[in-house]
Amino acid sequence: MSTHANALPKSFGPNMVAPQVSSPVHPMYWSIRRELWESRSVYLAPLAAAAVALFGFMISMTHFPAKLHEILSLDPMKQQHALVQPYEIATALIMAAAFFVSIFYSLDALYSERRDRSILFWKSLPVSDLTTVLSKVSVPLLILPLLAYAIVVVTTAIMLLMNTAALVGSNFTFAELWSRLGLVQSGMGLLYHLVTVHILWYAPIYAWFLFISAWARRAPFLWAFLPPLALAAFEKITFHTSYVAGLLQNRVAGGSDSSMGGSNFAANPHAPMTPGTFLSEPGLWIGLLIAAALIAAAVRMRRYRDPV
Amino acid sequence: MASVIEARGLRKNFKSTVALAGIDLHVEAGRILGVIGPNGAGKTTALNAILGLTSYQGELKVLGLDPWSQRDQLMRDVCFIADVAVLPRWVKVSQVIRYVAGVHPRFDRAKAENFLAKTNIQRRSKVRELSKGMVAQLHLALVMAIDAKLLVFDEPTLGLDILYRKQFYDSLLNDYFDRNRTIVVTTNLVEEIQDVITDLMFVNRGQAVLSCSMEDLESRFVEVVMKPEGAAAARALKPIYERQSLGRTILLFDSRAGRADRQQLSAFGELRTPSIADLFVALMGNHASQPQGVCR
Repeated sequence: MSTHANALPKSFGPNMVAPQVSSPVHPMYWSIRRELWESRSVYLAPLAAAAVALFGFMISMTHFPAKLHEILSLDPMKQQHALVQPYEIATALIMAAAFFVSIFYSLDALYSERRDRSILFWKSLPVSDLTTVLSKVSVPLLILPLLAYAIVVVTTAIMLLMNTAALVGSNFTFAELWSRLGLVQSGMGLLYHLVTVHILWYAPIYAWFLFISAWARRAPFLWAFLPPLALAAFEKITFHTSYVAGLLQNRVAGGSDSSMGGSNFAANPHAPMTPGTFLSEPGLWIGLLIAAALIAAAVRMRRYRDPV
Repeated sequence: MASVIEARGLRKNFKSTVALAGIDLHVEAGRILGVIGPNGAGKTTALNAILGLTSYQGELKVLGLDPWSQRDQLMRDVCFIADVAVLPRWVKVSQVIRYVAGVHPRFDRAKAENFLAKTNIQRRSKVRELSKGMVAQLHLALVMAIDAKLLVFDEPTLGLDILYRKQFYDSLLNDYFDRNRTIVVTTNLVEEIQDVITDLMFVNRGQAVLSCSMEDLESRFVEVVMKPEGAAAARALKPIYERQSLGRTILLFDSRAGRADRQQLSAFGELRTPSIADLFVALMGNHASQPQGVCR
């Protein structure tokens, strides 16, 4: 809640000469808040995913003592896998929700304001196109990954509490549970994965979606997906090669491979982190350059494009 | 007085159509300019150029700035309502007030709240729940709380019922306008701005057909409600328009185009100042034969 408006003089009447009031402004902060007001799915979708995971886990905990007995009869590797699996599934669900919201948000961000003509209102205020576009870029590239991470951390903590409560009466201790879950390590791994893959490696993907949403006169979803796929198919049919398909595949899956030494976070969250390999990947830097160019183009498009 | 808008030879082409064919415009501080013209005449294009929403050819300075290249700076001192109901439908009344307070250095939140208190608009409502008239009231409340030097309205009352239209202009004049501000308004509803504006511009096919202050308009144009006899003699003085009303012939004279003076004309019948609507019909109907009319 902003309170600085209270400091403004209230006494001058409409016909008196008003002094030039000038209150402090924070266009970037308020632009981001505006995005969250408009797109409530940004936080509702990951929260809903967390709620579903927690609800399922809570039900499973009612017969946990019986299951624990079964688990403890397995060999140690399988024991750990059985204990950790619900945590991994919850994390994956929350991350998937955030990922899909990012895609749909980015495709809509600069399109919906032209479709409902509200761009004419936003442009009547002293907020530059650059500020507006950057505030929209920050949602998939900063807000959603961090928010999803925070929700994963809180969800994991609640699951751990439920799990501990379910242990009461068994001779399996909290310390044993804690050591087998390895939550700190997977938490660090997830943060690393988010920054390297979802932010740095995927930046050009989100920038492409935002550019399309600023450019398309209709159907931004089709414009975003069909031309790259059509290009790959054309190349395959015409030249029997798959460079485009390879590039697309590398952009979707390659970041995870190079950030974790050829492994994949989804398959093995405990694979070693290899930031050196990741940072020396030319694809990373080329991708970031392309992302910057697409964002600059989106700023320009917002300037030139009329409402649709 | 300082000039707020200064345009010379303002031109704009879309692919094959000419939207602005060289408009000259000079608006001083403290004036209310009404821009009137048929649909597609170039009114909106001209306003968009002034607001830096579209590129243009020719010279244009608004508050001494180039609207296209210095738009971000210009928007601190200029505000506009580009269309009715462009407030986003998802936003809550309380949110949009906080947002404008957060981004606009010249926004007086207390003023906006006071204005809204006089309406039925609830702070918790979303824009999609408000009637069209209420959306217009909300938008006006936001804009009037901004201490802008230039305020631009493009068809601000289109589609509103008569009560809201009347209220809109009353608020604008009574609560907002003072000698430090300048207002430009376009409309098709000529009558509603007759008593509001100080300056008038008729636009047709991208050109200014008439550009005139209201004082000059009164001294330049005169209507004669003819007595039944003497019509032929009066017509010899080259009226620019002739129409019938309630069985009487009414001739409209332009003191710059014809040879008639008021004394001469008063012999033919009652003299009066034409309404903007009648002048509009007269000038738009046969403007091809008219010279560019700029009042001196």
